[in-house]
Amino acid sequence: MSELETLESDILAAISAADTEAQLEEVRVAALGKKGSVSEKLKTLGRMSPEERQVMGPAINGLKARITDALGTRKDVLKDAALSARLEADRVDVTMPLRRPPAEEGRIHPVSQVIDELTAIFADMGFAIAEGPDIETDHFNFTALNFPVGHPAREMHDTFFFDPKENGERMLLRTHTSPVQIRTMTSQQPPIRVIIPGRTYRCDSDQTHTPMFHQVEGLVIDKESHIGHLKWILEEFCKAFFEVDNVKMRFRPSFFPFTEPSMEVDVGCDRSGDEIRIGEGNDWLEILGCGMVHPNVIRNCGLDPDEYQGFAWGMGIDRIAMLKYGMPDLRAFFDADVRWLDHYGFRPLDMPTLFGGLSR
Amino acid sequence: MLNETNDEETATMKFTLSWLKDHLDTDASLDEIVEKLTLIGLEVEGVHNPAEALKPFTIARVVAARPHPNADRLKVLTVDSGSGEPLQIVCGAPNAREGLVGVLARPGAYVPGIDLTLSIGKIRDVESFGMMCSERELELSDEHTGIIDLPSDAPVGQSFAAYAGLDDPVIEIGLTPNRPDCTGVHGIARDLAAAGLGKLKEGRVAPIETSGACPVDVRLDFGDTPSLCPAFALRLVRGVKNGPSPKWLQKRLTAIGLRPINALVDITNYVTFDRGRPLHVFDAAKVKGDLVVRRGRDGEEVLALNEKTYTVDDSVCVIADENGLESIAGIMGGEHTGCDENTTDVLLESALWDAFNIAQTGRKLGINSDARYRFERGVDPNYCLPGLEQGTRMILDLCGGTPTEHVLAGAIPDSEFTIDFPYSEVKRLSGLSLTPPEIKGILTRLGFWVAGSGDTVKVAPPSWRPDIEGKADLVEEVMRIAGVDLIPSTPLSRGTHVGQKVLTTGQIRRNHARRALAVRGLKEAVTWSFISREQAEAFDGGASVLKLANPISSDMSDMRPSLIPGLAAAAQRNADRGYADVALFEIGQVFADDTPEGQAMVAAGIRKGTAIMSGAGRHWSGNAPEVTVFDARADAEAVLAAIGAPVDKLMVFAEAPSWYHPGRSGELRLGPKTVLARFGELHPGLLEKLDIDGPVAAFEVFVDAVPEAKAKASRSKGALQISELMPVRRDFAFIVDAGLSAEKLLKAARGAEKQLIADVSLFDVYAGKGVPDGKKSLAIDVTLQPRQKTLTDEEIDAVSARIVAAVEKATGGTLRG
Repeated sequence: MSELETLESDILAAISAADTEAQLEEVRVAALGKKGSVSEKLKTLGRMSPEERQVMGPAINGLKARITDALGTRKDVLKDAALSARLEADRVDVTMPLRRPPAEEGRIHPVSQVIDELTAIFADMGFAIAEGPDIETDHFNFTALNFPVGHPAREMHDTFFFDPKENGERMLLRTHTSPVQIRTMTSQQPPIRVIIPGRTYRCDSDQTHTPMFHQVEGLVIDKESHIGHLKWILEEFCKAFFEVDNVKMRFRPSFFPFTEPSMEVDVGCDRSGDEIRIGEGNDWLEILGCGMVHPNVIRNCGLDPDEYQGFAWGMGIDRIAMLKYGMPDLRAFFDADVRWLDHYGFRPLDMPTLFGGLSR
Repeated sequence: MLNETNDEETATMKFTLSWLKDHLDTDASLDEIVEKLTLIGLEVEGVHNPAEALKPFTIARVVAARPHPNADRLKVLTVDSGSGEPLQIVCGAPNAREGLVGVLARPGAYVPGIDLTLSIGKIRDVESFGMMCSERELELSDEHTGIIDLPSDAPVGQSFAAYAGLDDPVIEIGLTPNRPDCTGVHGIARDLAAAGLGKLKEGRVAPIETSGACPVDVRLDFGDTPSLCPAFALRLVRGVKNGPSPKWLQKRLTAIGLRPINALVDITNYVTFDRGRPLHVFDAAKVKGDLVVRRGRDGEEVLALNEKTYTVDDSVCVIADENGLESIAGIMGGEHTGCDENTTDVLLESALWDAFNIAQTGRKLGINSDARYRFERGVDPNYCLPGLEQGTRMILDLCGGTPTEHVLAGAIPDSEFTIDFPYSEVKRLSGLSLTPPEIKGILTRLGFWVAGSGDTVKVAPPSWRPDIEGKADLVEEVMRIAGVDLIPSTPLSRGTHVGQKVLTTGQIRRNHARRALAVRGLKEAVTWSFISREQAEAFDGGASVLKLANPISSDMSDMRPSLIPGLAAAAQRNADRGYADVALFEIGQVFADDTPEGQAMVAAGIRKGTAIMSGAGRHWSGNAPEVTVFDARADAEAVLAAIGAPVDKLMVFAEAPSWYHPGRSGELRLGPKTVLARFGELHPGLLEKLDIDGPVAAFEVFVDAVPEAKAKASRSKGALQISELMPVRRDFAFIVDAGLSAEKLLKAARGAEKQLIADVSLFDVYAGKGVPDGKKSLAIDVTLQPRQKTLTDEEIDAVSARIVAAVEKATGGTLRG
């Protein structure tokens, strides 16, 4: 074996033996550095005769090229190995559980969600949302609504009162959202189409009653709306709200001081399972009261009942929420138990719309 | 809308099918009747047929009765049940004997009175294949001295319920307060007849022959106060024989839940339910002198028929004689003059009372009686005297005796008036298309008097319908009898436009605030609008005008001045259940006074324990720290941003009300006065007082206080101005007084060069080694955005010098070397 061949095989062996880029660099310097073994060989070319140089020139340069290639190849191998080792060291357990994102943790209360659902449905029919104060006068809560003097609802047994003022007037917590009917009719000109959601209060506290609850009321006043329209609205509302194709409804004549004629409305349901299912089955469930606004009420608002007419309806928001979403206990609505809110509450980005569906 | 029924308002009325058929000639089935009742507004709440429970009980004859071999008091009966082999039955009844016809229950039958399903038993070693029953065992009465002893011709093998006339369904309807006429079976029959379910039987009372004047006089004595008794009719019936009323009468009363007393009392109850006409009987022997109807006097007492003593005052109408008070007028009679089996002379009363006063008195004394139920709704004035005749007739028929003429104090009021009724009202209000003859027919069948032949007629309501006031009431009558089902659903006009925005600014803000807070991980609560006085006072509330006069409990006595107490209490309830780290919010009303303007909408929330936005409690990725003032401020600012407040103009003030930690709380204001939000850690002293475990970070955003955005001429957002040039960033650190607010330093830096400085942020706060005592180091990162050309080093140095100068001037601090 010639000297060059020995040198080449030694260097190639050293390259193969290098385990790190640093070791490889040492080999490179030892071979190709300024004083490297191959560099030294190249220097000898200058002292050679042209004939010798013709032979040795290509041999030494060939050696340099092969060493350079081998160094490059080995460098790539070592680099890949180093990366692989680092990646292996970086390995984590991707199955570890994450924290729940805040948008998943947060919840919208069912009452708010149902009010948004009601808004979506009735806004589509041209209704606005009217509101009024919780602390009301006897006039707005009772007198203007045609409650006779001595009506039991006017007793402290049923209604929360505040202490009488010096002038004898006694404020109260509204027992229904109907005072807002009066406030609306006395502050804007017909045609009127509003729904009125809000908090209401009665002295009642047991299994199925809470001293505070939510009602929604609807009011239409114009020169032509009659019970046929009322039936249509309520039928359309029930289908849209309960998200079913058909709802059987029964209108029963009834009595309220502020409507005439008055009706109570039952929806068809099935009580055979654990939960009441609206729309199917052979049972009835009362869900709302309604009627043509009483002529005295229209008159009390400064309108002529022979010229203006219309209807109103009212129902419990908590109650229809319970029916739709299978919530068994009204009292839990006001307890803020995070387990209940987590289960029955709604995700913050689930905004009820008609185009995307009220609920998912 | 009072869409929940009030017990006092809607009470039920019960009657049996056979009773109804006394007044209604009909072929309709029970199901048809029940359905029709509901559809015409007499909502059926229940139908109960006592015969259902008595199905297994049949009539049987005792063929032989032998002594029991092992027991003196027992007998061994051989009973013929009418089918198959005679049965051996062991029986302990003293009246069990050969030949007795009684009621048999066989093994497998459920006996309601002893709550037992029979099986074949062995009594003292003798087998028994059934049971002969007493009335109590069948829940027919309390009678249990012996087994039922039927007439010997009772048909053996037949159903006992059918034989005894117990197969008579009881119908219970919910009556709305406007229908006093339907507190009597007759009125219900009239409605059904009007709705086409048969023909009303008028049921005239056979005339009564009277003898002489009534020896007891009646005086209405209300002095100069308004009369509470329009009319009072009274008659004496002499020589009656009082005792148990006949079976048919007892059966009807029992069926509707009344206890038979004696014939005279049962007659008054019967007429009460038959015609909605309460009557009262006095034992004439116990009445001293004449009867005076007057207001009670303070402190007077009366022992009522329910054996309770009531103290009256001048708001209560009473009937008195020379012995004192005898009756609470229109509500309940007195024990002293009650009729019993010794009564021979009876005074029968049929009176009219002031409905409002009866309701008030009944409520005040806490008496719910069948008489009150009717009088407070309004009893038919025109049936006052016929009712007296009906009662007298029944007394004569059941108890004999001789009636006197009646005496009438006061006068029957004239209730007649007419309504001008255009037939077109029916269509206008109900949408129902009916012809004038159809409308007239319905009204006439209901007892209304209709006169005239044109488009508008005169209609007079009958005396038994005090609820009818005007045209709309007549439309209701027509509608309910014709059937609401006939009204076609009619779409409401939808207009010619695409739907427009319907929400107000306030409503939109609340919606945005709600979703923004929920996205930040808070759960929405709805808490009571009223809180305890202690809580209210701790939050600057407790004003006397906001204190309920009749709170349901002391925890719910004052209208809330803030949402924080309710939320904090809710969080503590969760903690007590094992959930200590919760984040809750509420968007609701708070009250400053009792006016509509005093009510404001607030979005408030609390974070308790470690419930920071990224999650509470321990976690492998890092444990959550305890909540601080900055968590609360972040929530408040998020709400303000979501509801469109001018966030870049907000100023932070380190001032907040007393319920916040004084050093860890603040307010977000627009200008120096307009407070848009408050935030901070709750005061540890307050938490202790309200028994709440801290720490709690809370915020309150006054959503109505944010000024309305100016109306924009266009929805255009304008052109976007961005520079092609690279921004330059420089850091500065200043040594300032420890008490200096960072806001002051940042503001000075921002203002140093308005054209170039695009952003200034605080990236480090340090106190400790290297910084003198009482000082802190604040480090800021300033971004310079060149507009026209790249900045030279000289220009950057010049701006930096201006920043340092501005900050040092504003804060008294120095650039940190």
